[in-house]
Amino acid sequence: MNIFEAKGIVKEYSGHRALDNVSVSIREGSVFGILGPNGAGKTSLIRIMNQITAPDEGELFYKGLPLISSNIVEFGYLPEERGLYKKMKVGEQALYLAMLRGVKKTEALKRLKFWFEKFEIQSWWGKKVEELSKGMQQKVQFIISVLHEPKFLIFDEPFSGFDPINVNILKHEILRMKDEGATIILSTHNMASVEELCDDIALINKSKVVLSGAVSEIRQRFKNNTYAVTYSGFINLIEASLRHQYEILSHVEKDGLHHLKFKLLDQSVSTNMLISGLLPLGNMISFNEVLPTMNDIFINAVGEIINEEILTN
Amino acid sequence: MNKIWIIIKREYLTRVKKRSFLIMTVLGPILMAAMFIGPAWLSQVEDNEIKTIAVIDSSKIFIGSLPETEFIKFEYLKNVKVSDIENNFKTNNYYALLFIPPSVLSSPIVSLSSNKQPSLAVRMHITNSLKRDIESLKLLKSDIDPKVLKSIETDVQVGITKLNDDGTRKEESADLQMILGIVGGMLIYFFIFMYGAQVMRGVIEEKTSRIIEVIISSVKPFQLMMGKIVGIACVGLTQFLLWIILTLTIVTSVQSVFFKKDNTFKNIQAQSIMAGNNGSNAESSKVSQISYTEVDAIYDEIKKIDFLVVIGSFIFFFLAGYLLYSAMFAAIGSAVDSEADTQQFMMPVTIPLILSVALIGNVTSNPEGPLAFWFSIIPFTSPVVMMMRIPFGVPWTEVVLSVSVLIASFIFMTWIAGKIYRTGILMYGKKVNYKELYKWLKYKNY
Repeated sequence: MNIFEAKGIVKEYSGHRALDNVSVSIREGSVFGILGPNGAGKTSLIRIMNQITAPDEGELFYKGLPLISSNIVEFGYLPEERGLYKKMKVGEQALYLAMLRGVKKTEALKRLKFWFEKFEIQSWWGKKVEELSKGMQQKVQFIISVLHEPKFLIFDEPFSGFDPINVNILKHEILRMKDEGATIILSTHNMASVEELCDDIALINKSKVVLSGAVSEIRQRFKNNTYAVTYSGFINLIEASLRHQYEILSHVEKDGLHHLKFKLLDQSVSTNMLISGLLPLGNMISFNEVLPTMNDIFINAVGEIINEEILTN
Repeated sequence: MNKIWIIIKREYLTRVKKRSFLIMTVLGPILMAAMFIGPAWLSQVEDNEIKTIAVIDSSKIFIGSLPETEFIKFEYLKNVKVSDIENNFKTNNYYALLFIPPSVLSSPIVSLSSNKQPSLAVRMHITNSLKRDIESLKLLKSDIDPKVLKSIETDVQVGITKLNDDGTRKEESADLQMILGIVGGMLIYFFIFMYGAQVMRGVIEEKTSRIIEVIISSVKPFQLMMGKIVGIACVGLTQFLLWIILTLTIVTSVQSVFFKKDNTFKNIQAQSIMAGNNGSNAESSKVSQISYTEVDAIYDEIKKIDFLVVIGSFIFFFLAGYLLYSAMFAAIGSAVDSEADTQQFMMPVTIPLILSVALIGNVTSNPEGPLAFWFSIIPFTSPVVMMMRIPFGVPWTEVVLSVSVLIASFIFMTWIAGKIYRTGILMYGKKVNYKELYKWLKYKNY
């Protein structure tokens, strides 16, 4: 079931079309990645989802019903541009923002205590925000965005500015919240974390959704019949005997192991046939189909459009 | 509604807890009280010192005739050189040396030398005494009896009686109304500027610190804007009330400690008021004689003024004017990236405010005139101008008209500002002009 749907969203800012007929469907309990190069329209879409701005055209649904302002208590939002009142104390500020999201004071205090203990930052409570480092402020902001225990979380570039240890803590928290039934939207440039965390993605470029679907399905869709084989010891004339059927992309010999990467030119050849063809050539120790990384897909998808543009212009 | 309340509370508490608020709250009344008490106290301190002035009168006209006061004494010296006195001020204990040349009647120039700056009071006393004496000498030479001249001297006083519409008569003097009008109008001007600027700075702070996005994903931009405006208005009211209470406390306690007899205080207060007109405390005997009646008159006047109406209108016009202007200030704050960029938008907003202060003279001298009337109806100037008129008594129809126009315009302005605000707070790095602002009015938002 889809927890959130956006249909045909259009948003214009003084002549510039920030979103052009954008539609996304987000499955309940999934981690959904919104990808795209800078300036593609991700933040515009996220702001519309958060009801910060309204679309010029299009419809939004939450749990099957048109999105209304009272839904906002179930939403959690960590904006890309982090910001807190610099002169205000950390604890006071967290309490204030939690209360604005509709959490009662006593409950907010209880939860804050829990989170501050969990992240081991109790000593920050009475400090002014300006006394904290950027990474520390991010941590506080993360806590604030989840304090009202939202069912639908939107994280815009959550990992930027964090060290690897804190990135791991954050990933762990995101997956934990997913396990507890929350739906999470992740906007990020970190493609490795997309593969690791996201179930579905939508790739936005030039104000349009250019690619969307499940991460596993997309990687299948974009596979280009590339395989990696490793042999140990001696191999016999591999390159010569395969050249008419495959295109060798690389051949690296290292520590007595031969790493080969090749592309299948004849697509009617099945995987089994391929393996049996490869087996006689030497002592095979591994065989893998190489699926494109999200990074490759991203660069491909965005690059293709740029190329097309260059051609049409 | 509950969320607006949370915002109001934060805006209020963070400002009231600030050190600058405390300093302003304490300093304000001290300065105000000092304005009342200072001149009186100073004149007392100065007058307590007996100043002996050496006089070398080469014209031989004034020997023994210069009038002395409680604190200014003259010692007439004969056969002494000017330089002898001048070089020995430190040892001879003279406050100053007055040298009167022989030709003083034909060219009235005398010299007063001292090793310190002779006080204004001393100078005025000498000038006035010599002037009087020389004048009467000249009159005598022309065979005019100074007594006759004295009897001709006339002091005209205009007693003003105001006839109200209901037929009652009210005697009043315009001076006090004028002072009240000016003080009230100026205070509103300062409060609007001070707290309007605070709204603007608050908006800019939220925008530049980027916390704005977190907040407006929880509350509507309009709620945040109104919360801020109302919260700061409460700060203003708190400060105003504290000022009144503290000023009254300081004035009464100082009065009871330093000026034990009520009369003395009244007298001194009167002196400080009169000082502006006479420019002299030296004629204290003369002043104090007048002052008893003058002071009584002033006290009578004070009793006649309906302070409930004045303070009530002050609070209303401050609030309404502030609401009108702070909405504009909030819109300006939302449209810019830093305080430095506010200039181009501040100009048109501040001009009507400054204009209304510039009209002080016109309005207070002719509070019923067409200028005063129109500017007390136009909402951008009415808070200040109407406040200046209120102490003089304004027909209730005009007050109602002014108040309704003001309320209608701040509602309209808040609506416009809200539209600019909700778009502006999310715009960064864009050079904003009026055309752009107009476009924002038409954007679709929640």
